[in-house]
Amino acid sequence: MNSDRPQGLYTLVIMKFVRNRVALAGLACLLIILLAIIFAPQVTPYDPIQKDTPARNQAPSLLHPFGTDKLGRDIMSRVLYGGRVSLQVGFLSIGLAVIISAPLGLFAGFFGGFLDNVIMRVMDLILAFPGLILAIWLVSLLGANMVNVIIAIAFFSLPTYARLIRGITLSIREMEYVMAARSMGAGSARIMFYHILPGVLGPMIVVTTLGVSGAIVAGASLSFLGLGVRPPTPEWGAMLADGRNYLRTQWWIAVFPGMTITLVVLILNIIGDALRDALDPNVRA
Amino acid sequence: MSKYILRRVLIAFPLILAVTTVVFFMLRIAVPGDPAKLMAGDRATPELIEQIRKNLGLDRPLAEQYLIFLRNFAQGDLGRSVKFREPVLGVIAKAFPFTAAITFLSVSVGSAIGLLIGIITAVYQRTWIDNLGIVTAVFFYSIPTFWLGLMLILIFAVGLRILPVQGAGSWRHFVLPVATLAVGQSALIARLTRSSMIEVLSTDYVRTARAKGLAHRRVLIGHALKNTLIPVITVVGLSVGGLLGGAVITESIFGLPGVGRLAIDSISNRDYPMIQGTVILVAASFVFVNLIVDIIYAFVDPRIRYE
Repeated sequence: MNSDRPQGLYTLVIMKFVRNRVALAGLACLLIILLAIIFAPQVTPYDPIQKDTPARNQAPSLLHPFGTDKLGRDIMSRVLYGGRVSLQVGFLSIGLAVIISAPLGLFAGFFGGFLDNVIMRVMDLILAFPGLILAIWLVSLLGANMVNVIIAIAFFSLPTYARLIRGITLSIREMEYVMAARSMGAGSARIMFYHILPGVLGPMIVVTTLGVSGAIVAGASLSFLGLGVRPPTPEWGAMLADGRNYLRTQWWIAVFPGMTITLVVLILNIIGDALRDALDPNVRA
Repeated sequence: MSKYILRRVLIAFPLILAVTTVVFFMLRIAVPGDPAKLMAGDRATPELIEQIRKNLGLDRPLAEQYLIFLRNFAQGDLGRSVKFREPVLGVIAKAFPFTAAITFLSVSVGSAIGLLIGIITAVYQRTWIDNLGIVTAVFFYSIPTFWLGLMLILIFAVGLRILPVQGAGSWRHFVLPVATLAVGQSALIARLTRSSMIEVLSTDYVRTARAKGLAHRRVLIGHALKNTLIPVITVVGLSVGGLLGGAVITESIFGLPGVGRLAIDSISNRDYPMIQGTVILVAASFVFVNLIVDIIYAFVDPRIRYE
């Protein structure tokens, strides 16, 4: 790295990430899957909900690569359309969690004292519940539908992000450049936005990437237990719940949706790990 | 040391009290509609709803309900199940051993395997053994519990026919549920142990130990392992939360009559006292496990005691 121009942190991070071939391949795979899910109506000729009785219970073939279920619906179409639900749950719940927990963690870490105590004790309380149990319970109280699944997952994810942001804020707050900004007359809001938030960004990207994969699994788990998206709407967890009754005879109904979730989660985890390595100055490219 | 333990215990109790308080008020406040009506179902007569309301004490002021609830809770009374017509705690007590068994076994087996793989991959850093270990760990870490459970059934029960699909009659019924949970646990612990061990192996005191001519094994076990364990122990404690959630899924897949299955059944039966009881008990066990982990932690890392 003998270039004359000074390099910013993020240029370095991207350069390190790009050199990780496994992560790059994962990113490419993820993009292909995302495109297939977004353009599902163009990719597959079959309707994901409409019954097609003559085509029922078919093993995987060229016509139906993932086979068909007991109503003759094409499993691959259902996996693609189902991906819309699962990915929305994953991204929206973590997005919601970040939007709520970012200011909480920032304020708690920056102002400290009573506010910090109140916010962090509430987070401790949420952490006292095992995540999925809390989500199951919330959905059972609020009602089983996609919006409540997103709320429930966002809720149990709050402490993760609030704690992370608070921790980083605490350490940056004491840095000399923050003191310098303060001595030049910068207000609290300016310091939080321009000096602390950029420092939080890197670790947050890593944790949210891993968080999305966890949220996809949590959403699918809830649907698997019958507490999420209801049939006939295709959703990965709900499809598995359906397929478990046909393991002996029609194995493909459970195998392919599960393989898809595993693949997406695996890719997100690989990307998250690669980002972590890229952001870690101790890890060489 | 005893002062530290006492302080941890004094933190755990208010937390359990707070958990029960939240669970109590969520049902009364956050639920849209009348819990008595919800419990009675859609086709209930007004008399039945009134009856349920009276049985649950819902006709009294909220503050009074709460005090009664706390008094009963302190006496080990979590109300009566609507479905089983038995005390909630009694029903849970029958289911608890199953959940405790699969959680305990999967934590122990999974962590032991993970620790071993983590140490091996750290020692053989940047060799093919390490690469294989990392790839396998990321893969196993990514498989969702519910799919892994179904695939194990497909392979070992439907295909090879060497283990039963469902039930809880013998030890053979526990192999697949425990394996389902232990796989993810071992992957989690392997990844963590590896990075923790690599960090410890590059410290000065390990270099000193090597420099004075100690055997490789002696350095690893006598010097490096103990410090490697510090972050691992915390995560083992926290992972119990994930495993308790996973237990709900494995119990439902493998038909084990544990607390998780009970919770899910109570939800479909609208058995609110039962749901409340299972959530409180699972959260309390989780707080308790982490209390124990905090205490073990202080034994491994003396710095913690003087915090």
